[in-house]
Amino acid sequence: MDHTSTLEKIIRGVLIALVLVFFLFPIFWIFLMSFQTNETILRIPPSIVFAPTLENYQALITGKLQTTAGNLDIAFMHNLWNSILLSTCSVALSLVLGVPAAYAFARFKFRLGEDIAFTLLSFRFAPPLLVLLPLSLYFKTLGLTNTYVGLIWVYQLICLPLILWIVRGYFEDISPDIEHAYRIAGNSWWKTFTKIAVPLAMPGVAAAGLLAFIFAWNNFVFALILASADKQPVTVGALAFVTASGIQYGQIAAAIVLSITPTLALALYAQRYLVEGLSMGAVKG
Amino acid sequence: MTQLELKSVSKSFGAYAVFESLDLKADSGEIVVIFGGSGTGKTILLRLIAGVQEPTSGTIEIEGQDVTDIAPEHRNVGMAFQNFALFPHMSAWENIATPLRAQKAGAIALKSGVDRVAKLLKIDHVLDHAPRELSNGQKQRTALARALAAEPRILLLDDPLRNVDAKLRFEMRIELPRLLRQSGATVLYVTQDYKEAMALGDRIAVLASGKFVQIATPQDIYMKPANLSVASLFGDPSINTSETAVEMTGKIISVRLGGVQVPIDAHYTPFVGRAVTFGVRPESVELAGPKSAGLAATVMAVTPLNERTVLLLKSEGGWEFLASLPSSSTNIPKPGANVKATFASGGTHLFDKTAGERLDG
Repeated sequence: MDHTSTLEKIIRGVLIALVLVFFLFPIFWIFLMSFQTNETILRIPPSIVFAPTLENYQALITGKLQTTAGNLDIAFMHNLWNSILLSTCSVALSLVLGVPAAYAFARFKFRLGEDIAFTLLSFRFAPPLLVLLPLSLYFKTLGLTNTYVGLIWVYQLICLPLILWIVRGYFEDISPDIEHAYRIAGNSWWKTFTKIAVPLAMPGVAAAGLLAFIFAWNNFVFALILASADKQPVTVGALAFVTASGIQYGQIAAAIVLSITPTLALALYAQRYLVEGLSMGAVKG
Repeated sequence: MTQLELKSVSKSFGAYAVFESLDLKADSGEIVVIFGGSGTGKTILLRLIAGVQEPTSGTIEIEGQDVTDIAPEHRNVGMAFQNFALFPHMSAWENIATPLRAQKAGAIALKSGVDRVAKLLKIDHVLDHAPRELSNGQKQRTALARALAAEPRILLLDDPLRNVDAKLRFEMRIELPRLLRQSGATVLYVTQDYKEAMALGDRIAVLASGKFVQIATPQDIYMKPANLSVASLFGDPSINTSETAVEMTGKIISVRLGGVQVPIDAHYTPFVGRAVTFGVRPESVELAGPKSAGLAATVMAVTPLNERTVLLLKSEGGWEFLASLPSSSTNIPKPGANVKATFASGGTHLFDKTAGERLDG
């Protein structure tokens, strides 16, 4: 069934290679940098031949950063733990709230239903800076500044709309007759939701959950403003590498490698779901 | 005994009324076919009875008990959907077992219950398959088995043969009446295939423009259609019609078909002078040689359709009509032949020209 000529195949291969190099080279370069000292990184011209060193990783894991200006304590491992905690809890909360809500939006027509759904979506396209100032004021009043609860709450702005809209598309794709059949067979509304609707929408739930996790993980500005050192995720924690004695490129690179590893592993594992979930959202949204 | 009763059931979506004030009684073990074109609300009616949708007004009674406000899971109703609606993430066995599980059947009752209906529907060899691995026919049988498994009082079948191929549909049409009788349930069977309706129904309820226009036995529906639209829905090819008026010359009652006077039964006397639509079914048209008495016509086309042959004729006045003769008949005229057409006694129908209602002498 393949009608492409050899020339076409070659051109396509070259173009794909170009795109891959463009996108993957920085990651590759950072990976190399993470095994170099600041001196080898900054030499001119740069070279991919160097004596690899693990001292960047060592510094991150032990939390002792050695610079020319002296020793510095960094909390990178704690930041990494914060990232995992914040992202996981936010996504979990979003799933608990978002999946039933998505079901309601997909199945029931109620007053203002579409408006509420759209308002939730609008959280995604409002720039975070727009809401940060009022948010930080509220948080001060409520005593939520620099708490995990407060951050998880704010992360709902990122996770909830995503999960709601992707999963809603999946629910809408399930024939209502399947659910009707289950109810007529003698099962309650709740059982139909848990035994039919959710299992059938599972690919969507997985994809949305994964995406929300990545978005939450990558968030910078909320945590920067609303949390201080001990609650900050890696994205903010990485700022610590800009030290008085210069920028610690080696450690930054190692930190990047460590902090993208969990999301990369997750994304690779669930790649199929991810693409499916995204395209579904695009078609149905 | 009345098993199911609809009392002036109406359903509308906003300003759009699907149907209004439907009344229907079905006896225990009776098969009632709900017949109507697409978009007449047949499926919605079944959903109201199943309880997955609510009527706008009216009540639904099962065994004398008002179930209008009772949730679908407590109505003891079985339903097979047109699109099968199997649970895609469960095996055929689990699908069929669902209603039994909901009744908290024990392991032994569960197994024997599933085996019973699976054997009945000849799908016992595919029970471990997922729905996507089943052929359309097997899917349809699985859906039926699931509806039958818990031995419901009321069985709702929503055009179950719509999505299966013609051969299987023909087989199932013969097999279904036996299966349904065996189940003992009161059956409401929705279809838009008049042959299916005639083959399966003890009674047929014809749903058109939001009302039951006729509820009667298949025989009565065919022989005495309540109005012109019922007459044209049943029969293939459909009934020949011509707008005309009833006339009386001396003692002879007649209608004009394409300008030519054709005598009709004397019992139509009360309708003399009335504007009517004359109807005659193609199988009630009898053809004879040009020297016989009758309406002179020319054969325009001859189309053999298996056991019957359909002829398109044009009368001398220019009225085009169809005749359907048994293909085994020895003297089927050729195209271009001149014939005389007469109408079998009792095979002609008169309908009011404007209202379309049947006029019976």
